[in-house]
Amino acid sequence: MSAVPADLAAGELRDAIVARSLSARAAVDAAFVAADAVRADRDGLNLILSSDRADARRQAGDADDRATEASPPPLLGVPVVVKDNIATTTLTTSCGSRILEGYVSPYDATAVERLRAAGAVVVAKSNMDEFAMGSSTENSAFGPARNPVAPDYVPGGSSGGSAGCVAAGIVRIALGSETGGSVRQPAAFCGVVGVKPTYGRVSRYGLVAFASSLDQIGVFGRNVDDAALALEVIAGADPRDSTAAERLVPSYRQAARGALTGIVVGRPKEYFPEDLDPRIGALCDAAIDHLRELGAEVRDVSLPHSDLAVPTYYILAPAEASSNLARFDGARYGLRIEGDGLRGMYEATRSRGFGREVTRRILLGTYVLSAGYYDAYYRKAQQVRALIRRDFTNVFAQGVHLLFTPTTPTTAFKLGAKSDPYDMYLSDIFTCTANLAGLPAMSLPIGRAGGLPVGGQFLAAHFDERQMFVAAFALERALGAGAHR
Amino acid sequence: MTPTLAGRYEMVVGLEVHVQLNTRTKAFCGCSTNFGAPPNANTCPVCLALPGALPVLNAHATELAVRAALALGCTVHTTSVFARKNYFYPDLPKGYQISQFDKPVATGGRVRIGTRADGSPIEIGVTRLHMEEDAGKSIHDRFAGVTAVDLNRAGVPLIEIVSEPDMRSAEEAGAYLRALRQILDYVRVSDLSMEEGSLRVDANVSARLRGEMALGTKTEIKNLNSFSFVERALDAEFARQCAVLERGGVVEQQTMLWDAGAGVVRPARTKEGSHDYRYFPEPDLPPLVLDREVIDAIERALPELPDARRARYRKLYSDLTDYDVGVLTAGVGLGDYFEHVARAHGDAKTAANWILGEVLAVLKTTGQTIDHFTVRPADLAALLDLVRDGTISRTAAKQVFGTMVKTGDPPASIAEREGLFKVTDDASLSTWIDEVCAEHPNEAERFRAGERRLQGVIVGYVMKKSGGRADPARLNQLLAGRTGGGT
Repeated sequence: MSAVPADLAAGELRDAIVARSLSARAAVDAAFVAADAVRADRDGLNLILSSDRADARRQAGDADDRATEASPPPLLGVPVVVKDNIATTTLTTSCGSRILEGYVSPYDATAVERLRAAGAVVVAKSNMDEFAMGSSTENSAFGPARNPVAPDYVPGGSSGGSAGCVAAGIVRIALGSETGGSVRQPAAFCGVVGVKPTYGRVSRYGLVAFASSLDQIGVFGRNVDDAALALEVIAGADPRDSTAAERLVPSYRQAARGALTGIVVGRPKEYFPEDLDPRIGALCDAAIDHLRELGAEVRDVSLPHSDLAVPTYYILAPAEASSNLARFDGARYGLRIEGDGLRGMYEATRSRGFGREVTRRILLGTYVLSAGYYDAYYRKAQQVRALIRRDFTNVFAQGVHLLFTPTTPTTAFKLGAKSDPYDMYLSDIFTCTANLAGLPAMSLPIGRAGGLPVGGQFLAAHFDERQMFVAAFALERALGAGAHR
Repeated sequence: MTPTLAGRYEMVVGLEVHVQLNTRTKAFCGCSTNFGAPPNANTCPVCLALPGALPVLNAHATELAVRAALALGCTVHTTSVFARKNYFYPDLPKGYQISQFDKPVATGGRVRIGTRADGSPIEIGVTRLHMEEDAGKSIHDRFAGVTAVDLNRAGVPLIEIVSEPDMRSAEEAGAYLRALRQILDYVRVSDLSMEEGSLRVDANVSARLRGEMALGTKTEIKNLNSFSFVERALDAEFARQCAVLERGGVVEQQTMLWDAGAGVVRPARTKEGSHDYRYFPEPDLPPLVLDREVIDAIERALPELPDARRARYRKLYSDLTDYDVGVLTAGVGLGDYFEHVARAHGDAKTAANWILGEVLAVLKTTGQTIDHFTVRPADLAALLDLVRDGTISRTAAKQVFGTMVKTGDPPASIAEREGLFKVTDDASLSTWIDEVCAEHPNEAERFRAGERRLQGVIVGYVMKKSGGRADPARLNQLLAGRTGGGT
């Protein structure tokens, strides 16, 4: 068996392992070699919070044993990285938080269970903004992560560690999670593919809750096929998650054979504001030209309530978070700091266990749910959420199949550049709408500006990920190497 | 309290009753609901609130909640919504309780607690019935200096039944609770054991001057471990409030705890009223949607309820007294047992007498429940058959019944084994008569001389000698033939 070629896609790697021209052990070793080479550890890019080489090699050995099975599974021997807020029985599940430092889950998340059943080897848990609250992975209690493309820049967030691990060539596939753009925005910043499926497409069982009505596990891939393969494996109904949809999962990889002829792509004007970085605007225009050439009809559309998305999001998400994070009370697991009586213990544990951004959002969320404020904030935000959702369903009802937009208003920014929380919140302005509306959306690289990656975003109707993949495969082919130049 | 005070003020009571549904598993996970397991044995990631775990609603709990709601005459809603009730406490692992708030599964029922002189029913309104999960148990007195938490009960399904403030006395509150428990017993949704905590009562009580329309400030009484405590606590709290009002004071809205030992209510240390629970719809559970057909099917499958059963008994078994009917219908199991015996034996009055006498006495002394009683109804009916057809005497029957309670054996085989069949043959009876006459020559001589009232005395002697086996009817015939001048 030979060394692992660096440019092997996840599916190709699996086929090579099944053909026994490569071993899973070699694939896992290569991941660790790559991680060392790019300095993914705490003193370097700080992409990885925990990993266990010996355990990964053991898993790889099991995968090699399965290579001779009658029908070997679709990710056999493929190394993957999992965001640290998704429960795994190996490695930590700390959510980038002091309050869960060193916590090991007694169970695997459904998505992880499915990855493992498909033969994947979990090699690392990735760095993230604490409890997924942030857009730069600077809010990690274990130090900020850096962008492998340009280490002075943030990788985006909150799933910055997972995006970085894929961008750095450590793995082809990584799991992330989204509440308001936390997969697509770092995918755009790092120049990889990031998919946020329809709310309900992937089980949330084992995803540590931030805002339950918005949270969804998403996937990163080095290319569209990696992401399609990963999503195929983890998607589908789950009896342990009442919000996971009972719907058949089509083959997303087969979308590579689909054509764009007759497909209507909407260009929502609200996503192309005057102050958009002109380089990003130009790359989007170029991508749209490609879509036209591929046979798509491009139509200008409007989503009039788009400007309300960020404030709506920052009421609803903190409200749910204030309740979801109540379980971190020092009573049963995680950090516990004794104080004066029960209340003192709660205060000491939570004050020291949570970072500033998490504390800010718990306070915000508690406020908007309080008696006397509920109607003005929470209820009103739910009403606006319904309007935002209706904007999209109206457009999709008018014969539009997909929307195309920039993923972010800017490229990656430098570490420490955004000190004002609201300024940071605005980097999710084009992404958080899909979470509020529950729609599938993905980001893929469409070029570079000033050496930094730029992402283009597709959005589709509920549960129509397949249509999104058809366009992404076609655009990726049309852009070729240009997507990364 | 002086009678004048009691007369000037009126008590207004509303009750909140928590009932544990008798499902096999918890409301939102697959853990067992068994009572008495070792601490924290019945737990899993979901009910421990481990990071990432999610609730999944137990369909059986929903069915039981709907059944209870329909039995209480509530309107069951096709869409209801679970909500989070947020507060911090160590026995509440998630930091919130999954409950229902502004869209409960059922509203608007009623419970009949009696009849007015004019025959119209006295009814207490049921405001709402909603589903929720139980919390765990904090144990403060087991380990020195620390509190232990047992989460076996965390996530056990409950319904909360909230009454209208329709009760005007402690007696009415007691009557409501007994009627409510009876209905819930009939539809078999809960074990309804106050000792094991599967039935819990909180009482809201206020006082107002008679004739006043507006409600006074209420207090909530907790820690009520029996119905009689509810009644005593209400009287005590009402007296306290009257005294406060009489002094010109103001009743403070607060939570009171009943101290059964001292027979008084005391203010709880924490002020429940100051909580802001920040309710919001539970995003982990979709709205609970029930098909109207499913609700209707549950309604059609409802068993006969207490009022209907009492009416049927009065009509069907006209020789039973109101008291008999009341006792027989107090619990669903006893009525079922009675009906089975009455049907198999044919004579309802005899069946009722036995059940109200012998059976209840045995249940009381042995602590058995009628549902697990060793004497099966068919066997009791067979025993009554043996008495009616003269195979054994009434005295012997009681002896046979005693053995049935111990062994569960059928009565005929016990009677045979213990030699208790009635003796009817003239030869045996005559021998006993002769022996008795020899032993009591004076009475025998007077009887033969025509003193017929002595016949009963002689029968008694023979019965005693025969160990209750002699057939008294035949005995009397034989003796009648022996008396002199006896025509």
